[in-house]
Amino acid sequence: MGGHLNINHLMFLGQGALWTIGLSVIALIGGGIVGFVIALARISPLKSVRIASAVYVQLIQGTPLLVILFLGYFGLAAVGLKVSPLVAAGASLTLYVAAYLGEIWRGCIQSVPKPQWEAAEGLALSRTQRMMKVILPQAIRIATPPTVGFMVQIIKNTSLASVVGFVELMRSGQIVNNSLFEPFAIYAIIAVTYFAMCYPLSLFSQRLEKRMGRGRSNLAPA
Amino acid sequence: MSLQLDFPAVLERWPSFLAGAALTLELAFFATVLGALIGTLAAVGRGSRSALIAGACKVYVEAIRNTPLLVQIFLVYFGLASLGLKFSAFTVAVAALTINVGAYTAEIMRAGFEAIPRGQIEAAEGLALSRLQIYWHIILLPAIEKVYPALTSQFVLLMLASSVCSQISAEELTAVANYIQSDTYRAFETYIIVAVLYVILSLVMRAGFWGLGLVLFPRRRRLGTPL
Amino acid sequence: MQQNSSPSEPIVSLRDVQKSFGPLRVLDGVSFAVQRGEVLALIGRSGSGKSTALRCIDRFEKVDGGEIVVCGHRVDRPDVDLRALRQDVGIVFQSYNLFPHLTIEQNITLAPCAVKGMGSSQAKDLARKVLAQVGLEEKLHAYPEQLSGGQQQRAAIARSLAMQPKVMLFDEVTSALDPELTAEVLKVIEQLAADGMTMVMVTHEMGFAKGIADRIVFMHRGKVHETGPASILNSPTTPELTQFVGTGNLKS
Repeated sequence: MGGHLNINHLMFLGQGALWTIGLSVIALIGGGIVGFVIALARISPLKSVRIASAVYVQLIQGTPLLVILFLGYFGLAAVGLKVSPLVAAGASLTLYVAAYLGEIWRGCIQSVPKPQWEAAEGLALSRTQRMMKVILPQAIRIATPPTVGFMVQIIKNTSLASVVGFVELMRSGQIVNNSLFEPFAIYAIIAVTYFAMCYPLSLFSQRLEKRMGRGRSNLAPA
Repeated sequence: MSLQLDFPAVLERWPSFLAGAALTLELAFFATVLGALIGTLAAVGRGSRSALIAGACKVYVEAIRNTPLLVQIFLVYFGLASLGLKFSAFTVAVAALTINVGAYTAEIMRAGFEAIPRGQIEAAEGLALSRLQIYWHIILLPAIEKVYPALTSQFVLLMLASSVCSQISAEELTAVANYIQSDTYRAFETYIIVAVLYVILSLVMRAGFWGLGLVLFPRRRRLGTPL
Repeated sequence: MQQNSSPSEPIVSLRDVQKSFGPLRVLDGVSFAVQRGEVLALIGRSGSGKSTALRCIDRFEKVDGGEIVVCGHRVDRPDVDLRALRQDVGIVFQSYNLFPHLTIEQNITLAPCAVKGMGSSQAKDLARKVLAQVGLEEKLHAYPEQLSGGQQQRAAIARSLAMQPKVMLFDEVTSALDPELTAEVLKVIEQLAADGMTMVMVTHEMGFAKGIADRIVFMHRGKVHETGPASILNSPTTPELTQFVGTGNLKS
């Protein structure tokens, strides 16, 4: 039954792992930019903008990522665009990540203590200035642990890009398995690889969270 | 660049969609019940005085939370097959989903346990209740009530994640969609319909959990206040 | 191993009890005894060790040295039967600690049913009885959050009473209450004392201590400085107690 796992297979898997990281970064950056817009839209003074962004978030969060990936893949084809699996997966993941990061960041912006909003208003800063100089810097501090935690989700979610043909770690494993026929061993290796990528981030996120808990008490009013 | 959509051609397949949705709910139901049980046991195990049990539970939780569901499903599928056990795709899917959601539930329940004030546990000890009785009467239900929104969200996410089971040929909603789109050549319409169906399923699940909450938490039903 | 204490033996006795929290010596050779039916008040500054001593009696803190005998149980030993001890000893806390998700009736019937195997209807009758004892019969089906602080504390006392303990411990039970709610709780405790319950209470209520305590134990920096009948508060013999009584540490 097939050959044995050799260094070439491992290098192929390693390449897949690199593409996993690459796709994760694309999703994080793309999703981060769009997500930032969504977060601001969710707290916009304009009701129509608030509702539109809320609908977007609800739709994305109510749909499985796999279905979103299929929609991206077939949808782009339906409008006549021939795109590579990387672009299709990247676009779908961007939309997906944007919804979740947008919600996380909205929550963080809104959890900046009310006295801060009022102090900024009291200093006659415009809305933009309030956001840029007072609220967002503090929101970024609050948002860092959950954002790092969500990066773990992104890395795990890239595994679904394999289903639309993008050759990341999961798909590399399937390809290797097609010649070796040792599925359990191969997927065990893949699981360990994902763990090696995700666990340090998880620990980092937890450490940030603990440090946040300590640091916050310094922000309490006198 | 033209977009010609033909929804009626796909909508006439509604019996298949319905069957797929029903199976998705079935998968979600079994995995939720079993996963909630395992998760609660793992959360209790995390607090065990035995370092072995506490450590084993931590390893379980961290291993699951840091690997993708797709990999876990394949490991369960091929693992069972290599042991010579033949199970239906449905059973394998439930097993993998249960193991997965159990780990996330354990973390949520652990947070719930830790939110119970120490004073209440001391009062229970002062009344000569045993450790097990304290968990059952004093800790469990209030902890569930405190983390109920997080639990509900987790189980809805589980139902959405069940779409991944299409990859091992469980005939849930996404698998049905894959089949229909390859049959009708109307992929975009198919997945739009399925997306809408998933959103509806999410709402149905949330409504179900809300009703369950009314049954489980009589104090909240009467007084309307959070714990 | 548990024997019923004979009338002449104290029902609670502490002998040379030591306890440290890390480098901090909280109890430094504490000794006192409580006779059956006696009411003992433990007073002292914050940090004197009085609450710790009380908690040691019901094994909420483990002692590092010395001997504690409660209703025949050797509490200082690691193999003490906690379940039996806590059926003999009832404890009421400063923050009442009622179970918020249960009604008052359920709060009271929980332990008798779960620990003593009492039947449900028998337990409900008991609940009614003890609530009447503390003047709260009408609150049977209310939830703790619907009661005032004083009512919650009285309900907590009823909950402990339902287990029919031989000794009741009170850990600053009125310190968290507004002054106008304190009186109703003190009245209940007074009635319990009159009914012959053996009690050890940590309290700041000097007037109350003078009124119902048979004996006062004044603690300072982990040691017992003075002990005697309530009159020692009027004529303290040690400088520490003199200072304590004089500086308004207690509510008269």
